[in-house]
Amino acid sequence: MSPRNRELLALIPAGLLVTAGFAAVFIQQDELLSNVSLTYGAIFLALCFGAHVIVRMTLPHADPYLFPIVAVLASVGLVMIYRIDDELAREQAQWYVVGLVVFAATIVWLRDYTVLERYRYTIALAGIALLVLPRVPGIGAQVNGAYLGVNLGPVSFQPAELAKIAIVIFLASYLRDTRQVLVQGGRRLGRVQLPRLKDLGPLLVVWGAAMLLLVFIRDLGSSLMFFGAFLALLYVATSQLRWVVIGLGMFFTGAWFFTATVGHVQGRIDAWRDPFDPQLYEAKVSGSYQIAQSLFAQADGGLFGTGFGQAQLTLPCGAENCPRILPAADTDLIYALITNELGLFGAAAVIGLYLMFAQRGFKIAMLAGDAFSKLLAAGLAAVFALQVFVIVGGVTKLIPLTGVTMPFVSYGGSSIVANFVLLALLLTVSNRARAPR
Amino acid sequence: MNSSAFKLYAVIVLLFASLVAQTSRWTVFEAEALRDNSLNRRELLAEQKIRRGRVLARDGQVLARSVEGRGGTFSRRYPLGELFAHPVGYSFIDISRYELEQERNDELTGERDDVGSIVDQLSGREREGDDVRTTLDVDAQRIAFGALGDQRGSVVAMEPQTGRIRVMASNPSYDPNALRRSGAFKELSGAANSPLLNRATVGRYPPGSTFKVLTAVAAIDSGEFSENSVVDGSSPKTISGAPLENFSNADYGPIPLTLALTKSVNTVWAQVGVDVGGATMQRYMERFGFYDRVEVDLPDGQRGRSGVYKRDGLKRMTDDSVDVGRVAIGQGDLLASPLQMAMVASAVANDGTLMKPTLTERVVDRDGRTVERVEPEELSQVMRPATANTVGDMMASVVREGTGTAAALAGFPVAGKTGTAELNVAQGINQPSFIGFAPRDDPKIVVAVSLENVQGTGGEVAAPIAKQVMEALLR
Repeated sequence: MSPRNRELLALIPAGLLVTAGFAAVFIQQDELLSNVSLTYGAIFLALCFGAHVIVRMTLPHADPYLFPIVAVLASVGLVMIYRIDDELAREQAQWYVVGLVVFAATIVWLRDYTVLERYRYTIALAGIALLVLPRVPGIGAQVNGAYLGVNLGPVSFQPAELAKIAIVIFLASYLRDTRQVLVQGGRRLGRVQLPRLKDLGPLLVVWGAAMLLLVFIRDLGSSLMFFGAFLALLYVATSQLRWVVIGLGMFFTGAWFFTATVGHVQGRIDAWRDPFDPQLYEAKVSGSYQIAQSLFAQADGGLFGTGFGQAQLTLPCGAENCPRILPAADTDLIYALITNELGLFGAAAVIGLYLMFAQRGFKIAMLAGDAFSKLLAAGLAAVFALQVFVIVGGVTKLIPLTGVTMPFVSYGGSSIVANFVLLALLLTVSNRARAPR
Repeated sequence: MNSSAFKLYAVIVLLFASLVAQTSRWTVFEAEALRDNSLNRRELLAEQKIRRGRVLARDGQVLARSVEGRGGTFSRRYPLGELFAHPVGYSFIDISRYELEQERNDELTGERDDVGSIVDQLSGREREGDDVRTTLDVDAQRIAFGALGDQRGSVVAMEPQTGRIRVMASNPSYDPNALRRSGAFKELSGAANSPLLNRATVGRYPPGSTFKVLTAVAAIDSGEFSENSVVDGSSPKTISGAPLENFSNADYGPIPLTLALTKSVNTVWAQVGVDVGGATMQRYMERFGFYDRVEVDLPDGQRGRSGVYKRDGLKRMTDDSVDVGRVAIGQGDLLASPLQMAMVASAVANDGTLMKPTLTERVVDRDGRTVERVEPEELSQVMRPATANTVGDMMASVVREGTGTAAALAGFPVAGKTGTAELNVAQGINQPSFIGFAPRDDPKIVVAVSLENVQGTGGEVAAPIAKQVMEALLR
């Protein structure tokens, strides 16, 4: 079977899932099953087919599984958000349409993605500019103490989502040129081969950028995600563990120093270490209420979960808009809601989907013929996987909770659009890698 | 580069595995602790959304029900107000639960085992509470309260063959509906005369002469005495090194035990207690349930222990500090709950077999199906049937011609024993009590009455209350 037909077949379960999910939420909310759920499923499926046709025409050899995996993730996210607020789900669905348009545009215009190498410094500058944008007075926005959002008139977006792609493109291109130099070691100290001091330059620059990020946008999670992606690329480029060890050492030393000085980050870490401390729990800013509620919600889920639409979301108050018992259920804490309603098994299945996505990404990297393509695919897969790790790890109290989105699942336009660009790039790379030569 | 890309993927697999491991930690391994965390209000909120089952009287009258309020939550109503505040208790979100509402919470909230709840979930059944059908009799309860009037005290009535409690009245009571108002609970728990206290199960009263029934059982069942044994009933008489007087210092001389019970002769029964000895008395008291939390389907904290209370706590009859002779006549720091004293009469009435007292008859689901039936349960064989028969005859003579004539019913021979613990001899303030059963030959109902700080003897004030309650239940 051709890759495209495989992709087409794999889209059917995604369509069925979104239909079944909406049906379940409908039954729970209205106690009657209208055919609206079927309509939702049909529209969703039609959009996927539309995108599929474009892929079929432009990227005939691209990986057949990535797009269906994204479709399933998107449908899980859409159903969960619909279950929280149907108005929000409509906006999210519109963002999917925008995302698919950007996706189509990317694969049509960027079929020869090697042109990106030519603009690598422009792209790097754009990425860094995007990252500092939230601190620009007037348009920057502080959410829960971190500077992650930008308000432009009616639209607000998180520039870090796009920046991560820009930075991966730059690093892939840069490391393709310099990897040979980095591999050649400097002086030997016993059995350990030390890198030459001048080769440490780029590492120091990126480390400095990550620390700046930490201080500037005050978000440990994004900082970890960017620097982790950098180290991952460095490792793939050089196959040398010493860079990773040195890099991690530098990162944690720097993080340790700056968390002690940046109030907001310190608060997040305190909340992480003891979420049930009454003082932290009651704290209005940088408290532990979110993480504590996240854990309570997960405990409620158990093995099988409470079922679609069954989770306790709001405090009973009699009014229309009751306070949420699970804050940020549509964005940061959506994984807690998934665990609550679908249980450990459902949550593990979602993690499994992300792992499959990452696996396809690395597979593309291995199949790719040239170094830039390999580094680009591996870097995109790594930054995607790290983003999942940072947010899910935060929600499950493995690491301090920070404000990055769960790709394709969380509510948020910039996240969806950026991740569709990421998907488009991966598919483009794989089209060339898998093309018969 | 391919091998390092593969290794990087392996690291990602490990990272994701740790995410799943961490998720299972919260959903499975530490879920219980998280649910019990005091900051976690989910359980309470979820329960508020369940239509809690009703608590019903024996005849189906509603004692407690849930009404739907704003936002799909339910709150509790108690249609009969003060009448069944004890032993039904209350259930409100901010002050938690009490008495039967607490003890039967799982049934009332429809909490099933894991398999049952999964089946419910799959079949889309909304969780609903089951109804608890109690053994309580509304009319008799009302009569008990009427007879108590404004006297503090308690009335317990139950079936000796089954242990089913028909009446459990504790005065003063309170209106559980008033507890919905915030702050009401605080007022009530500080109120004079402790209306929140269920005197029937946690009240500690000196049983006085009603305890002579237990001493008689121990004396006769152990074979050391018979109903015709003659003991010296002179007054005053030295017991445990101190003089003891009969009521009104009446001197009876040597008299047989049946007559000594009929006339409630202190010096005789104190002598009998000393002769039987602390160890034997302890054995029989334990068989009746003394020293343990009183057996009934209420939460542990609402089931008191009866026994000899010294300054530093509960003491066994063999302890040096215990005056066995005075305990044998219901004094000497002996304290017992009204339910415990009802159990003493109940074992005598039921041929020596003590049945476990229960407030629940059965649990019924919304469709009227009986989910669980509480079968009568034997607690212990306290005495031989012959002993029970003899002591029953002795108690019958108390009501026929002794101190308990006020409990006599037309048409039904009654067996009983009065008690009057003197608190203030000069002002005539007593703790009067009565235990008994009827009809003597085929006992259907056992009653125990205890009053606090009133004038009059057990025969004068407690026996008439017992009479009214027995009459109501035998009709």
